[in-house]
Amino acid sequence: MLKKLYALAPFTVLSLILFSLFFLSITPIAIAQDSTDIIIEPATETVDDAFIEAQKPLAPTSVAAIDLDNDGGGAVLITWDLSVDDVEGGKVKEYLIMRSASAEGPFEERGNATLGIGRFTDNQAEVGEPYYYQVVASNFARSNGDYSWKAVGTSQTIGPVSSSAQWFNSDRTWVLVWMLLVCGAIIFYIWKAKSGKKIYIRKIAGIEEVENAVGRATEMGKSIYYVPGINDMDDVQTLASMSILGRVARIAAENNTRIDVPVSRSLVMVTAHEMVKEAYSKAGCPDLFQDDQVRYLTDDQFGYAAAIDGLFVREKPAAIFLIGAFFAESLIMAETGNSIGAIQIAGTAMPAQLPFFVAACDYTLIGEELFAASAYLSREPKLLGSLKGQDFGKALFLLAIIIGMIMTLFGVDWLSKMFIVR
Amino acid sequence: MRREIPIAITFIVGVVFAVSYFIPREPFSEFESQFGDWFGIIAAFAIWLGAMNLMKISIVKIGRKSPDYFYSILIIVSFLMIVFFGFFEGYKGIYADPQFSYRDAGTGFNWIYEYIYSSLSATMFALLAFFVASASYRAFRARNLEATLLLISAFFVMFGRVPIGDMLTGWLPDGYTMSGWANWIMSVPNTAGQRAIMIGIALGLVSTSLRIILGLERSYLGGE
Amino acid sequence: MKRTELVVSSLIVVALMICKFLLPKPLLFSPLVSTIVTILIGCAFLVIFILTVKGKPIERRIVFLVVGIALVFPFFMKVELPIRISPEVQQVYDKMSSLPAGSKVLAAFDYDPPSAPELQPMADAFMKYAFEHDFKVIMMGLWPQGPQQANQSVEAAWAYNPQWMPDSADEKVYGVDYVNLGFQSGNEFVILRMGESFKSMFPADLYYTAYDSVPLLKNIHNFSNIDWGVNFSAGKPGTVEWVQIAVDRHNLPMSAGNTAVQAPMAYPYLNAGQLIGLMGGMAGAAEFEKLTGHTGKAITFLLSQTYAHVAVILFILIGNVAFFLNKKEKK
Repeated sequence: MLKKLYALAPFTVLSLILFSLFFLSITPIAIAQDSTDIIIEPATETVDDAFIEAQKPLAPTSVAAIDLDNDGGGAVLITWDLSVDDVEGGKVKEYLIMRSASAEGPFEERGNATLGIGRFTDNQAEVGEPYYYQVVASNFARSNGDYSWKAVGTSQTIGPVSSSAQWFNSDRTWVLVWMLLVCGAIIFYIWKAKSGKKIYIRKIAGIEEVENAVGRATEMGKSIYYVPGINDMDDVQTLASMSILGRVARIAAENNTRIDVPVSRSLVMVTAHEMVKEAYSKAGCPDLFQDDQVRYLTDDQFGYAAAIDGLFVREKPAAIFLIGAFFAESLIMAETGNSIGAIQIAGTAMPAQLPFFVAACDYTLIGEELFAASAYLSREPKLLGSLKGQDFGKALFLLAIIIGMIMTLFGVDWLSKMFIVR
Repeated sequence: MRREIPIAITFIVGVVFAVSYFIPREPFSEFESQFGDWFGIIAAFAIWLGAMNLMKISIVKIGRKSPDYFYSILIIVSFLMIVFFGFFEGYKGIYADPQFSYRDAGTGFNWIYEYIYSSLSATMFALLAFFVASASYRAFRARNLEATLLLISAFFVMFGRVPIGDMLTGWLPDGYTMSGWANWIMSVPNTAGQRAIMIGIALGLVSTSLRIILGLERSYLGGE
Repeated sequence: MKRTELVVSSLIVVALMICKFLLPKPLLFSPLVSTIVTILIGCAFLVIFILTVKGKPIERRIVFLVVGIALVFPFFMKVELPIRISPEVQQVYDKMSSLPAGSKVLAAFDYDPPSAPELQPMADAFMKYAFEHDFKVIMMGLWPQGPQQANQSVEAAWAYNPQWMPDSADEKVYGVDYVNLGFQSGNEFVILRMGESFKSMFPADLYYTAYDSVPLLKNIHNFSNIDWGVNFSAGKPGTVEWVQIAVDRHNLPMSAGNTAVQAPMAYPYLNAGQLIGLMGGMAGAAEFEKLTGHTGKAITFLLSQTYAHVAVILFILIGNVAFFLNKKEKK
């Protein structure tokens, strides 16, 4: 134990140096705060009826209330023209939106809007219930959170208005059209591929090298590390990474080479565990799989990067796969992997991280290559078919961009408007 | 059944989310809310899966006296320490008057957060500066036309993002200084590239989601 | 070897600790010392250039050392840098300054301490400006550490103007002028649910006060009651998720502050008008500080970043010159 502690001493000392540097660097910029005396101005105003009358703002005009369209009901939009007193330094401090079930009242406050703003959405209306609204321009003074005085100008009562729920959000009609087209194309090509039609897929250099990388690790008698990124299972990049993991783990199992999968998300851990275990079973060696091959480290981005770096430096794997969604930690991991001389294959659809991977890794799957990789590896018709469907979508949008651009140049914008999502 | 039930759940949830995007009213909006809540609950509890796995593996390592087991001791001690402060001060905070959060200034948890956790993780992020320098010295080469274009853009953006760029090119007309070029590169070629990649990713997302919803892609369940 | 390393390292630590206590605070180099340091760093690059051209590339530890020096020493130099405001940061400021007093602003702190050097200065400047102009600020985080970073920005505002502290003359009352809703797990689903109701995702604030009992939140039901949103983001969930759900689906006017690494991903949303302005990295933070008039750490650290950028550019140039010279020789 003591020997272990002694071996750790230089690192501890190095950490202390870093800490000291940190302290030293922050010292000069720390600014001492002088204590400031608090002076409370005595109140000078005398509040009486005449004062309140003088402070009364003019009421907002043209108040309108309409049921909000394309929603699930329960929302009423109230609009008004600003009070004449709603100017810089004027008598309006805020607008209060009052609601009642009858025109006679009583009205209760449903919300407020800041000055200069002439709209408010009442989100707490009951579907089908008729309501009456007033908009009140309010002027006031506060001390210690309570009103010292308050003067208001109330608009005309407007109503009745009731909210209703819609069966279809018509703002999204074109989204539905495009979605059906793209999904239809994907399903069509999957069906076509299943019926035996051969689909061409170009070579992906990074994937071609997977076997070589695993082979190198086998020859050297070292392990493989597979890092599936730092996002959870709700990220499609992590899903794609899991598919590739299945393949890589199988090749590793067939070569009797250990594969370690340190992960940063619990749900990814569960999935990766299943993937690797299954891969060992399929390779005919389920006994070789050990539980600690797939392990959770931490959700923390840089804690994870630190742990991975530590593992790389201590265990010196022969091959490293960095495949999934990465952020700023990408280069920290890839450079450490590079420094230990491992063969590195990276893949991500994070555009900002691609240059880092290209610089520090031997092969990089760029953007969509990552999604295509699982289809490429498995050669399964249904996956290849969906790739073709994706290509159809891409061609469709490319065409729309070119035509839309030309039309917009000539001042025609109806095509561009078809792609606006609300 | 081990496969069928998850596939059925995926199908139902996927379809409900897709439909509720177009049909805003009940029952779909209510289903969407419910599923969203479930996701939140599962995501919150899932952290325990990871934490328990980390503990289990660390304890096994210590038990076996595996190489570098000292780090496992560090993991367990750090884990228990932060859990203790979180629970202890969280408990105190609820019953204090006025109530306070265990994250407030002055608590032990906050001390660990500010003076240990923040410094350590900021140090890790700071390593990026060093690795960028070493990678650029070793690997950023103008090997071909594309790499040269990338290098030139990098040169403009890096100079344009700090005041020295404008100090050196201040004599040029407004908009043509380094910061002007950097802004142009970021807003035009960068945005164009980003958009292309985003469209590709979005289509990949649609395709993968569709395969999962329809049960064609089952790799996430383990195996194919 | 290990023993020697141990002794040398211990000596460095002792020397640094002595420096920590003995050096004057704040420590500032005179212009002469600053010039000498800059020249020395320049000389180091000259040596690296000669060695690299001779075919003896320096090892990475030397690269690290040079970058470390280029980063640390500018902290002690006092050089006024001209900061030019980029259009995207100007947009953020224009939007913010167009808001009247009393506007309800949602501030999402989606980052953790590692990204704080870039994002905290933006958040601090925002908070000072918000308190100064009487905005009603609703803070929250989709990252567990977010609410704590939010509290730090409130403390920064207090340090700037102690009159805003509790029990002071111009006190900013918690629950009336600002509120911290805390963290909620569920990533983009949290934003999705907030579109219907904030309360469903945050039944109580960070201090266990029920949503309905917080005066500021009385009239805030969902995004339609918010005048402006600002997101400080370091990754996922962050700006992309906020734009896709809160902006696109619920029309929330929103600006964002991103780390330099992540900022390029937000540009498509900026140009399409989905984001009202973008602050990117330390440079964006410094510009924002300059616009708001609240000089903070970003402007202080900008010199250090300038030196680091120049260092990296020089490393790229040296590497490439050596590459081409070697290529010629081989031919």
